[in-house]
Order: sequence, then C-alpha cells, then structure tokens
Amino acid sequence: MSFTHDIKSNRLLDVEISDNFSDIAPPLSDKQVLVASERCLFCYDAPCITACPTGIDIPLFIRKINTGNNHGAAKEILSANILGGSCARVCPTETLCEQVCVRNKHEESPVEIGRLQRYAVDHLDTTQPYPFTRAESTGKHIAIVGAGPAGLSCAHQLAREGHQVTIFEAAPKSGGLNEYGIALYKLVDDYTQKEIEFVLKIGGIDIQYEKALGRDVSLAQLREKHDAVFLGIGMGDVNALNIPGEHYPGVEDAVAYIKELRQKSELSNLPVGRRVVVIGAGMTAIDIAVQSKKLGAEDVTIVYRRDKSAMGASQHEQDLAQTNGATFICNAQPKEIIGSDTGITEMTFNKTMLDDNGKLVVTDDIISIPCDVVFKAIGQKFESSPLGNDSESKPALDQRGRIAVNDNFQTSLNDVYAGGDCINGKDLVVEAVDHGNKAALAIHQQLKKQINQGE
Amino acid sequence: MANLACEFIGIKSINPFWLASAPPTDKAYNVVRAFEAGWGGVVWKTLGEDPAPINVSSRYGAHYGQNRQVLGFNNIELITDRPLQVNLDEITQVKKDWPDRVIIVSLMVPCEEESWKNILPKVEATGADGIELNFGCPHGMPERGMGAAVGQVPEYIEMVTRWCKQYCSLPVIVKLTPNITDVRLPAAAAMRGGADAVSLINTINSITSVNLDTMSPEPSVDGKGTHGGYCGSAVKPIALSMVSEIARDPETANMPISGIGGISNWRDAAEFITLGATNVQVCTAAMLYGFKIIDDLCDGLSDWMDTKGYKNINDFSRKAIPNTTDWKHLNMNYKRIAHIDQDICIGCGRCFAACEDTSHQSILQTGDLGKRKYTIIDEECVGCNLCEITCPEPNAIKMVDIDTGKPHLSWLHHPENPYREEK
Repeated sequence: MSFTHDIKSNRLLDVEISDNFSDIAPPLSDKQVLVASERCLFCYDAPCITACPTGIDIPLFIRKINTGNNHGAAKEILSANILGGSCARVCPTETLCEQVCVRNKHEESPVEIGRLQRYAVDHLDTTQPYPFTRAESTGKHIAIVGAGPAGLSCAHQLAREGHQVTIFEAAPKSGGLNEYGIALYKLVDDYTQKEIEFVLKIGGIDIQYEKALGRDVSLAQLREKHDAVFLGIGMGDVNALNIPGEHYPGVEDAVAYIKELRQKSELSNLPVGRRVVVIGAGMTAIDIAVQSKKLGAEDVTIVYRRDKSAMGASQHEQDLAQTNGATFICNAQPKEIIGSDTGITEMTFNKTMLDDNGKLVVTDDIISIPCDVVFKAIGQKFESSPLGNDSESKPALDQRGRIAVNDNFQTSLNDVYAGGDCINGKDLVVEAVDHGNKAALAIHQQLKKQINQGE
Repeated sequence: MANLACEFIGIKSINPFWLASAPPTDKAYNVVRAFEAGWGGVVWKTLGEDPAPINVSSRYGAHYGQNRQVLGFNNIELITDRPLQVNLDEITQVKKDWPDRVIIVSLMVPCEEESWKNILPKVEATGADGIELNFGCPHGMPERGMGAAVGQVPEYIEMVTRWCKQYCSLPVIVKLTPNITDVRLPAAAAMRGGADAVSLINTINSITSVNLDTMSPEPSVDGKGTHGGYCGSAVKPIALSMVSEIARDPETANMPISGIGGISNWRDAAEFITLGATNVQVCTAAMLYGFKIIDDLCDGLSDWMDTKGYKNINDFSRKAIPNTTDWKHLNMNYKRIAHIDQDICIGCGRCFAACEDTSHQSILQTGDLGKRKYTIIDEECVGCNLCEITCPEPNAIKMVDIDTGKPHLSWLHHPENPYREEK
C-alpha cells in the first residue's frame, strides 16, 4: 500500500470547511459583555495599558462599555489604535494586556480585554459623524510604501495632521498580513477590507495598488517627489531549511500557502496533503497546522528543534493547535526530505538535546515521519533588495539585516522612516500600528519644523 | 443547636423570620407556599375598606448595580386590591390550617374612629395573632389621607393606635414610615397610644430612574411616573440606624421592635436583632429570589449562634446597643491605620486613586509603570477606611489598631472643645 504524494482538494465537504473556518472567537453577547466588563477593576496606572504597544486606555474603554457608552468606548480605542478592530481579533492578548491583568493573581483568569475591545469597535455608531477630523492642509505630501498595519496607521495619523498621503502597495489589495497572512478564522467576513474602508474615510489618503518598491517605483524617486517617506514593507522573504530535498514538490512555504488560502473563494479547491509536517514553532507554524487540519489533513505534526518551553507560539496558540488535532514533536532538527521530482514520502530528523551548558546539540538519533507535504514556517527574513543597491541612497540595515531606525523610527536617511516587520521587533500587528503612529508623529514634527522655517 | 423559636409581644413564632406586608403575602396561595417553605409568620398584605383600590399596570422600578444585580427597587402598588371578605376568609382558613405559624393582619382604613371600629372585630374573628397598622405606605394612599399621611403626624398615630387598642384585643404593631425627620417621635406617639410594638421601616420615597428616551420616571405608567416606596438591600443601613434610634432612646427603649428594611440574609437579620429588633420581616429578598431563602436565613443564623454560644435570640438581642452612641462620646485618642498585605494585593491601585485624589495622600506608589507597588505612609494615614472599602480583594487591606498610649478622650472633654464638660 502506498500513501505517496497524497495531495488533493475537496477532502472535506464545503459545509464542513465553512464551519471549520468560522469565527474562532465569536463576538460576546450583550449579557456576556455586561459580566465581562464588570470584572474590570478600573486600575490606576493599569498594567494592561503599559502592556499594549499602542497604549490603549483599556480600563477607560471597558468602563464606557459597562455604562452603555459603546460609541465612546470605540472612539477611545480607535484614537489610540485605528486598527483596534483587527487587533482585538488577532492580538496574542494572552502575552500582552491579558497576561498582566491584575485579576490573574487570585482568579487565574484575566478580564477578556480582546473580546471586549472587539465588542466596542463593532458597536461604533456609524450613524454618528466620522470620529476623526483632518487638520488644515499642510501642503506636505508623504509617500508610504506598504498598505499593511504600519503603513495604514501611519497614513491615518498623517492625514489627521493635515498632510497628503500616497500609499504604494505591491499587492492588489491593502491590509498586508491582515489580508494575506493572518489565519482566516481570526478575521472572518472580509473584516480587513471593511476596516481599511473605515481608515480611509479620514480623507487625504490615496492608495496605488500593484506598485512594488524596487520594481515599479524606486526609493530615490519617492524621496524626490515627496516631503517624507515611510517604509512599511514587511519582511519579503522566508528562511530556508537548507537541507537535502527542500526543492521537491510538496515542500511548501507556509506564508505563501496561507496567502493563497486567504484569497481563495472556494477553500475546498485548495490542495491539501493527507499527512502534513510543519517545521517551526511560531504563530505561522500554528496557523498553517490548524488550517491544514481544518481543510481536512489527517495527520498534522509540528516539529520543533528545541523544547516546548522555547516555542515562539504562546500556550494559547499551542493549545489551539492541539485542540484541532495537531501533534507536537520537540527536539528534532530537520535532516532530510525524502522524495523525488514527483513528490515527497517522508522527512527525517536528528533528535536534539541540551548539553550541560544549556546548548542545543544534535544527536545521532534519527526519527522519520511519513508525509505528503512539508510546510516551512521557520521565520521570515527581511528582503532588502527593493531598497536599491546604492549604499549612499539606501537606508542602513541593523545587525539582523532589517532596516535600522532610531527612537523616532527615522532611518539613516533623514526623510525616510520605517516601521512594522521591516524593522526589528516582535512582528505583531499591534506593534506595527504603534510604529506607524509614532513614525507619523515624528514625521509631522519634522515637517512642522520645515513649515515654520518657511521651507 | 441554637433555638430560633422566639416570642414577640406574646406571639410565639418558630423562627424570627416573618414575611412583611407586601405582594408575597397578598393571598392564601402565596402565604401557604411561604409556610411550606418554613417561614415563621407573615404580615398579611394590608386590608382596607371596600371597595378595594385598583392598581395600575407597571408597578416596580429597579436601581441596578453594574452587573444588573438589584441594589434596590421601588413600587407604586396600593394595599390589597381584593375584596375585604375574600381576604378575611382566606386568613381564617390559613390560620386554621397552620396554627403554629404567625399571621399578623396589616390594616389601613380612613382616619375616622368609625372605620376602625368597624373593621377591627372582623379581623379579630379570623383568629389572626395580631394587627399591624400601615402608617408607612408613601405612595398613592397618602393622597387619600391614609398610610404615610397618618404616619407623619404623631398625634394621628397616637389616636388611631388608641382606637385599635380600644376596639380589639389583639396585640397592635405600628409600622413606621422613614419619610420623616426623627423616627423617635412617631415611635413615642405609638407607645403613648398603647401600641404593643413598632415595626420599621416602611419604604422610602423614591424615583429609581428616568427613561432618557421617553423622559418618564420608572416605573412608567403610560408615559408618566410617580414616586414610589424604595426597598431592598440599599435601604438596610437607613433602617438599621432608625431601629437603633428607637432602641437607644430612653423614652422608647422598652418598645419591642420588628425590624424591616433590606434584610437579605441571616447576617442582616442578626444585625437588626443586635440593634434592637426582636424579630425581623423580609420582603424584597423573597421577591427577588423566592421563599427558599428562608433555608439560609434559619440555617445561617443558627450556625452563627452556635459558634458564638448563643442559645436563643434573646442571648444576643440588643447586644450592639451599648456600643451605639453619639459622636461626642467617641474616643478621640483611638488610632487605626491601614496596612496593605503585599502577598494578597493585586496591584490594581484603586486604593491609591481613592486616597490620592479624594483623601489624605497616605499611599506611596513605587515601582515601574505596569508593576506598581502600593504601601501605606503610616504617619499620613488617618484611618478613614476608604482604601479598604475600595479594595476589590478581601483581606488585602486591613485596618490595624495603633496603641497611642493615651487614655480615652471624647470631644465632650477635649481641651479644644470650648464647651467641654469638666470630668
């Protein structure tokens, strides 16, 4: 009997897939919100505010929800984080605001901040005027590269200050990872596009699609035609395993597969392996493992070269993978993918262990896992080629090869700023929003100085 | 095992818990269910002269806490809306069927001797254990010269009480309204009229909320509202104080008291008894949770009595009265300060906000943002209790006695009091 290359679509019925990909954390009901919001203690110097990269005044918005002032709660959130709606859905709150909630100490269960935030933003009263206004036009024009979370928040903030913004987006849609990278069940019903529509309502933001930096437009051109440039271009590339067999069909890049999945109108048409191995232990690894199960893969094994405690994915995410039937194998380092030009049959690993000094060492103990598909989810890396080759006119990179910035998110080029995944950080949507906000304020200060000096 | 059986103005009851005159005691069906559940007695919902009043639709308005817990509610219901004879017949039957349970009949008729003279013998004939004069109802009936309209005039109280003692041999309880400046005056009037006891408090004048869409107070009757009688847990502190006032006043100190007002659990009941009540009446808690709460009332009170070594209700009756005094007698040399137990503290900072913004700036905030630590500045703390009150964590903040080494000194004898009394 051969299981070779068992990759096919329609493993599950459409109705099953649709059910599998429904909202993973459905909205709280009014009654649930009443109970959940009442648990917030309205802390002084609340730890949750400090833990939120965008510094949302969480106790205040929860109090507003509790008093029935949902519109006020939504405004409170959005004024700190214009993508508060998607952050409420995708943030790993268990490692951010909810991790530091004081309710954890004796009750071991934090206030459900993420879900309350979603409720508030969902209840913004759209019959009311748009909650943000634009300052008088400054006559300044800023180019933003990348319509992801960093670029969008930067654009919104700049537009509020009265600047004109043009966003250059390589993809046919805006949203960045929210549109192309986040697991589908976290952002259902085309939420990203609805949210962007709301962001753009501020006015003064023009988006040019399918305009990639380094291909359709150069940094030098942007700098020449604009008063400042913000780079929110993400990572651009993924890490390779660098082992034999990586080139065989069936070995896939998880990021690319999720991107395809996110844009697919009929999920059942996606080819899915019967036995799937996922290499990595971050959020992407969990996402691809869970989505593979939800698409009908029979065996999904997440293999990580270190032990469980070193995993990038939070306990909550690990639990999610296990609840969905994925299996973890730790301390196993990829050795070889066995297959041919028609597909793969198995993958082998060297078991690893920590030596007396706590250093990871590879042993001769080999394990083998039969598989039809291998997903690589061992991290992305920054692709710097779009920035150009001229070291004079290209922003300097940091030690990890991403764009180097100062505290104001300014690069080595005076008029070029950067934020989001293309600079060093935790690679979170909410952090990208924060970068965009702060860069916008710095750009605004710089341009204001120019205006005052009559430039 | 403590004995909950008690005697109130000669009326024996299997426990000190009676249902107050209100919808739960409006008819035989409810009262029988209450007796089946274990209630010691009921005060039958107020009877009046025929024709019986007509009630409106929409009758209660709530005052909610954050999570929809009912802190209190009010009502605009009148006295019984059933014919007098129907009530009298049911009372007769229930009393016959439940001889060991107390039935007190609440009464409210016009302030005329003839009206009282007429109804009293009919009530006595039912076999009821006593009567309670409803001089407290604050809504509706006072507009007709009854209820609180009588209760607010001590002379009327005395007069009607006297008629009742004259035309009926049953024990008379006078139910007092709290909608008055000094509750001791109507209590004394009742005593002068010959009342066997007083019961208090009746409900408090109130508007619980306004509907901001229709601009109508709740409960709304066709777009209009009126003030109603407020009850429930929120009124307990007011009731406790009024009960203690009567129990402490030399003139009324010997007057038996049936305590009423927001009693929701055994602890509330025990508190009323320590401040002067001999038994208690419950209504709102039963209206919110049903008659089954009697089980906790009895069980909780009995267990607490056992742990304290009290064999019966009299053993702790009025025990807190000697410690209830006037401000001028409080010891000004006494000092207590707050102490925060860092192991229990969750770091919410509510105590800091309260003390810093609204009190005495006696809490020190240290540590980085997001990891704050709060400690008491002992020298600044005046022992106001606000931090302990705002703290969401039981036992995280304790108020600790500080030995000042100084003798008891009240304002009466304080050197800074220009009118001080020499010892």
